[in-house]
Amino acid sequence: MLSVEDLDLFYGDAQALSGVSLQADEGAIVAIVGANGAGKTSLIRAIAGMIRPKRGRIVFRGRDIAGLDSHIVCNLGIGQVAEGRQVFPTLSVRENLLTGGMLPRARARRAQNMERMLALFPRLRERLAQAAGTLSGGEQQMLAIARCLMGEPELVMFDEPSLGLSPAMTHAVLDTIVDLNKQGLACLLVEQNVAASLEIASRAYVLENGAIVMSGAGADLLKDDRVRAAYLGM
Amino acid sequence: MSLSLYAEVLIQGVLTGLVYGLMALGLSVIFGVVRVVNFAHGEFAVLAMYCAFVLFGLAGVDPIAASLPLAAVFFAVGYLMQRAIVQPFVTRPQHEQFILLVGVSLVITNGLLLAFGPESKHVDLSYSFDSYTLGGVLIDKTRVYGATAALVATAAVFAFFRYTMTGTAIRAAADNLTGAAVVGLDVKRLYAISFGLGLACVGAAGAIMMALTDMTPLLAPSLTLLAFTIVIVGGLGSMTGALAGGLLIGATEALASVIVSPAIKSMVSFGLLVLVLALRPQGLFGKAEA
Repeated sequence: MLSVEDLDLFYGDAQALSGVSLQADEGAIVAIVGANGAGKTSLIRAIAGMIRPKRGRIVFRGRDIAGLDSHIVCNLGIGQVAEGRQVFPTLSVRENLLTGGMLPRARARRAQNMERMLALFPRLRERLAQAAGTLSGGEQQMLAIARCLMGEPELVMFDEPSLGLSPAMTHAVLDTIVDLNKQGLACLLVEQNVAASLEIASRAYVLENGAIVMSGAGADLLKDDRVRAAYLGM
Repeated sequence: MSLSLYAEVLIQGVLTGLVYGLMALGLSVIFGVVRVVNFAHGEFAVLAMYCAFVLFGLAGVDPIAASLPLAAVFFAVGYLMQRAIVQPFVTRPQHEQFILLVGVSLVITNGLLLAFGPESKHVDLSYSFDSYTLGGVLIDKTRVYGATAALVATAAVFAFFRYTMTGTAIRAAADNLTGAAVVGLDVKRLYAISFGLGLACVGAAGAIMMALTDMTPLLAPSLTLLAFTIVIVGGLGSMTGALAGGLLIGATEALASVIVSPAIKSMVSFGLLVLVLALRPQGLFGKAEA
């Protein structure tokens, strides 16, 4: 479904990604594990069209999307739940959801999708008229996920969806991701909670200093001594 | 002086202030969304005044009526200008944006000087000297018409941002640019629409001002300064602030010119500016920087 091939990315002279390749299949959860600054967010933003890679290909459904603008990438069906949630703080919850449904691919079904999201996240229904900036962190994360789904994505990249959330809320967010995946949504997951993300991932990559150093089935990486020592503190 | 004179002056000032407010709204929209300060704002106002002047001379079009087609034309100009020349500067340092827009302002002013010369121009409307009487208070007809048109245009801009999808998307992009890219909004297009709207405001306001005052190409810098004063008093990037600032500056300038002298009116508005900067630097309706 998505394959990244030999991607190099720079911020000025500083290289953030070097020769990164990865593969995400239809209906899979693919985890990307790595320390802070390893380049996880850069990778996601490069796929999303928010940063232009210097070299390499990003192929989505047979089409090279590297270098396309982010609104075009989104409209191909690659959604993103970004780090820090990135809701629109002064807009109401309802307006936040509407912005997600403005993609040409989903515009016609905006009303149905809104209803679907409010059924999925009843808390948002209670807060429809409230400014998104006044929501709790967990509610904002639900809003960010719902807003992304308003665009009817086929692949969603989740960047640290549990960052700053309570353990219970972290659990709820990860459960939501698993549920969405069961309904056919492919997921690319960057998660600080490494054990939990490897458990639900069918495939995982370890990113260190901008390069993939290890990859394999999530369950296998979970058993790997180096992964356990470096990311699970065991 | 009688009380009715003050009332008269105050009402005239408020009416003029509505037109000022519309002009300043344009500046505020552009800055609030695109984060570029339009240093050519007054020049665009004067350009609109000349367009209205020419339309009146050639076809007898009332400048206040001309504000609608001119708003449309200026929207298109703003849209294209953002796409073609401002967009590449959006991520550049502010002093480079400044030079770009100062360049645009020089082109406009000197173009107008070449075409029309430096003499001041005005239009004679059939109702220029008509007025309404309201409880002994005289109010110019032109000012009432102009203010009404400005109020309608301002309300239309507010409604656009509040109730349309594109308006909501623009507010989203102004609120969180990263978020806008994340959900797949076409930010460059939204910027172009915003710049277009900003110029539509100044285009309409300029046309209306042609009915109210005399004008020369050299008036432009003082109009730019006026728009800045209003927007800073009201709160940079706040639409309500632009409207309130326009009313406030319009009213205080008018009052100052009768109480003290017409020569002092700019001094009073700059005094107000200094006062606001000292006591409430974010402006009356602005949000404090976190």
